[in-house]
Amino acid sequence: MENAQKSETNNHRLLKKNGSSSKKNEKRGKALVYSSAAIVIIATLAITLFLGYKGIRTFFVFDVSVWNFLTTTDWDGTENSGAFSFIFGSFAVTFLAALVAAPLGIGSAIFMTEIAKKWGQKVLQPVIEILVGIPSVVYGLIGVTVIVPLLRDNVGGLGFSLLAGMIVVGVMILPTITSISADAIKAIPQDIKDASYGLGATRWQTIYKVIIPAALPSLMTAIVLGMARAFGEALAVQMVIGNVKGLPESITDQAATLTSIITLDMPHTTYGSVHNSLLWSLGLFLLIMSYVFIIIIRFVSSRRKV
Amino acid sequence: MEKHSYEVENLNLWYGSSQALHEVKMDIPSNQVTAIIGPSGCGKSTFLKALNRMVEMVPGVKVAGNIKYNGDDILSSKYHPEELRTKVGMVFQHPNPFPKSIYDNVAFGARVKGIRKKAVLDEMVEKSLKRAAIWDEVKDRLNKNAMGLSGGQQQRICIARAIANEPDVVLMDEPTSALDPISTLRVEELIQQLKEHYTIVVVTHNMQQASRISDRTAFFLNGEIIEYDNTDQIFSNPRDRRTEDYISGRFG
Repeated sequence: MENAQKSETNNHRLLKKNGSSSKKNEKRGKALVYSSAAIVIIATLAITLFLGYKGIRTFFVFDVSVWNFLTTTDWDGTENSGAFSFIFGSFAVTFLAALVAAPLGIGSAIFMTEIAKKWGQKVLQPVIEILVGIPSVVYGLIGVTVIVPLLRDNVGGLGFSLLAGMIVVGVMILPTITSISADAIKAIPQDIKDASYGLGATRWQTIYKVIIPAALPSLMTAIVLGMARAFGEALAVQMVIGNVKGLPESITDQAATLTSIITLDMPHTTYGSVHNSLLWSLGLFLLIMSYVFIIIIRFVSSRRKV
Repeated sequence: MEKHSYEVENLNLWYGSSQALHEVKMDIPSNQVTAIIGPSGCGKSTFLKALNRMVEMVPGVKVAGNIKYNGDDILSSKYHPEELRTKVGMVFQHPNPFPKSIYDNVAFGARVKGIRKKAVLDEMVEKSLKRAAIWDEVKDRLNKNAMGLSGGQQQRICIARAIANEPDVVLMDEPTSALDPISTLRVEELIQQLKEHYTIVVVTHNMQQASRISDRTAFFLNGEIIEYDNTDQIFSNPRDRRTEDYISGRFG
């Protein structure tokens, strides 16, 4: 009886000890996780607010008209400056790069998941991971030393052009699109592929009638994520696009993007000047666009069917 | 003489180095329901998938022997598996409609074959859904996604999809194992109706089901056919001791 009681108190003590230490751990873990989440949210909010404040000043303190800013192309660093040619340049590079990278990326994703599974995963996957890890300045350097002279000799013009930007950025966003597409295709259940083969479909018919439609929302997400990356890319684009402040008339013309103008002009402006403030507004525009891309991704992936 | 849809002889099949089927010999009569029973891993699904060559999609599989479908050697390299599979439909264990509309599901096989005319497709979709006894339930929502139907309805859509190809054999791999009893009953009734038009081979875990719906039953064990006979014979008076043990629930 006494023994039983004793062992019970022992147990109790053990339990209590365990209980309190695990509770402490619990609290510590909780604090760690919660504060990480809080920091991320605060950082995002702070960036948004700061950029918003800085970017909006252009229009309230310096009385630049928003309409004028968004639609005219004369960029001279005064109140009459318009950023349309850079907005156009950014969108042009983004869409052209997506035009190159989307078919190639989805094609190689299909190759590595459906056609040559073993080979694809052994060779293509590491290659793509390497491509992701290459710093953008390296892409820019290769662009300047290989692509630009190649275009100058074969296509004409100076070589520095929208076309060069499209190629360099296209290659840069290729791995993003490929790896997300590959994950999307891998997630298609074997069940419905079997159903397709069971009805007499060939591999190609199965790919384009079943796999691609079923994976389409995720493939769209992959493309939009790639475009978001292209839109924000600064260094590599700046090195090959020519940075001419005006609307390009053709794909072989030089152009400029929002990002390339910010990095190029920022050192030449005085803090608090109109010119400086205009650059902050370009930054704000970039931020708003990245929000738009995220909203598009959310919208597209909520339509996922499988 | 009885007409046979399939004549299988000396069929051996390996997954890598392990042999899954040993010297299988089996004639499958036309326009009858043939049930294949046996414990898990006995090779019954493998055998079924050999009949439409779906088994070849498994990496490392090796097939040897003779499978004659309506007199043609389907294991010959000249025989295209895609062609075979339009004539031999398959219904799977879990209902697996495409994430498309009911209409597009049923019309899939025809579109794969290149049929584009809407009138032809319409007629075929209606006929197949009627034969699969689901027309009345879905006729007002043919453009709704098939994933929104109940499991039993999905399985009948899959049956409609298989018979829309106008096959003459329908292979069913445990078609009711994922369904509730009411849906199971409906699919069983459907199988009875379908044998008028098609030869049906059904793999099942459920011995009562085999005895209810089939004309002939094959009992598989460890990749071999132990006994293959009329269903009445197998269930009332099995010749082999192992068959008797299995159907009386002593193992498996």
